[in-house]
Amino acid sequence: MKNIKVLGSGCAKCQKTAELIQRIADEKNVQIVLEKVTDPMQIMTYNVMSTPAVVMDESVVHKGSIPKTTDVEEWLTE
Amino acid sequence: MFQIFTDFASWLIYDLCGISADTKLGDALHFFVEDVSKIFFLLIVMIYLIALVRASLNVERVRDFLAGKHRGVGYIMGSGFGAITPFCSCSSIPVFLGFTSAGIPVGITMSFLITSPLINEVAVLLLMSLLGWKFTLLYIIVGMSVGVLGGLFLDAIKAERWLQSFAAEALQRGQANTTEGEAEQQPVLSVKERHAFAKDETFDIFGRVWKWVIIGVGLGAALHGFVPDGWIEANLGDGEWWSVPSAVLLGIPLYSNATGVIPIMESLITQGLPVGTTLAFCMSTVAASFPEFILLKQVMQWRLLATLFVLLLVAFTVIGWVLNIVTPFL
Repeated sequence: MKNIKVLGSGCAKCQKTAELIQRIADEKNVQIVLEKVTDPMQIMTYNVMSTPAVVMDESVVHKGSIPKTTDVEEWLTE
Repeated sequence: MFQIFTDFASWLIYDLCGISADTKLGDALHFFVEDVSKIFFLLIVMIYLIALVRASLNVERVRDFLAGKHRGVGYIMGSGFGAITPFCSCSSIPVFLGFTSAGIPVGITMSFLITSPLINEVAVLLLMSLLGWKFTLLYIIVGMSVGVLGGLFLDAIKAERWLQSFAAEALQRGQANTTEGEAEQQPVLSVKERHAFAKDETFDIFGRVWKWVIIGVGLGAALHGFVPDGWIEANLGDGEWWSVPSAVLLGIPLYSNATGVIPIMESLITQGLPVGTTLAFCMSTVAASFPEFILLKQVMQWRLLATLFVLLLVAFTVIGWVLNIVTPFL
């Protein structure tokens, strides 16, 4: 079970990022817990300045844009 | 150089659609097609080229660079980086907190955040192609001055008193912690990676702004074709003192980005609206927006938000007045 967080202030890109991850997880049949973090105080604790950012099991794997499909597949199948 | 777009519009509207150049509709449509095709072309080519160059610049680098800089240069640097660093306005809160927790003074951070929406590569390109280099230079100088002076003022009144408490604590921690060892290692980018970045940027920015260009040029075309020639000049052209603050107030609820507003500026100026009034209106539309301010509420108390808002409005009004007085002598 992977714990994934999408950090962002709730803008369109963050929304899309979360949807993309969920979709790929469903396709690959990977069990995930997806959480959207919008609280600036929490985002700060990950030391992230450009959103959307993706956190996998508490480490930041991506920031600043919607991730590529291939990247998401890689994270999920690792 | 841009003649080809005029010819293309003439061919499409006058020859192909058979609409006469003497009708208002023909005039407006011609203006629309010419400007949209020109702007789209410029945007795609220039965004790509600029992105190639700045592929390695990001907010993390700017933060590491600004942290620990002397205040005097800090404001100018902050404002300058605000102009050239790509970042989406939905990231302003994380950026604000990131800068703050690196111990960068609030004023310098705000120099960055105020200048950022006002000046960006798309805005500069549009200004160059529609209004010429003199006006573009004026716009950049004014935009950066607002950022620099705004930042100076906020530090002078000790604006950090009015941050939300967790942001104020982050600032104190950042300033107490002077070690600079945290800077992230930035990888050197290959040509291929730069190309990939530039391609993504072009798609991303173009995908975001194309509709603004259509709306902006559409409104501009409507002004161009349907507001009688000389109407604006006769009614607003003599630069009454109240026309500038009215333009600024009118600009607040109209939320747009620089891309949408610049084609309207072109029309307003060619119709005879004074440059200062036009610039004040446009900057107020771009920089003083309610959605942005609601976001900033997460890190600032109402007092600071209100101060910032009033500061911007006063700044734009003064700029408008000064430019209206000065431009006849340029």
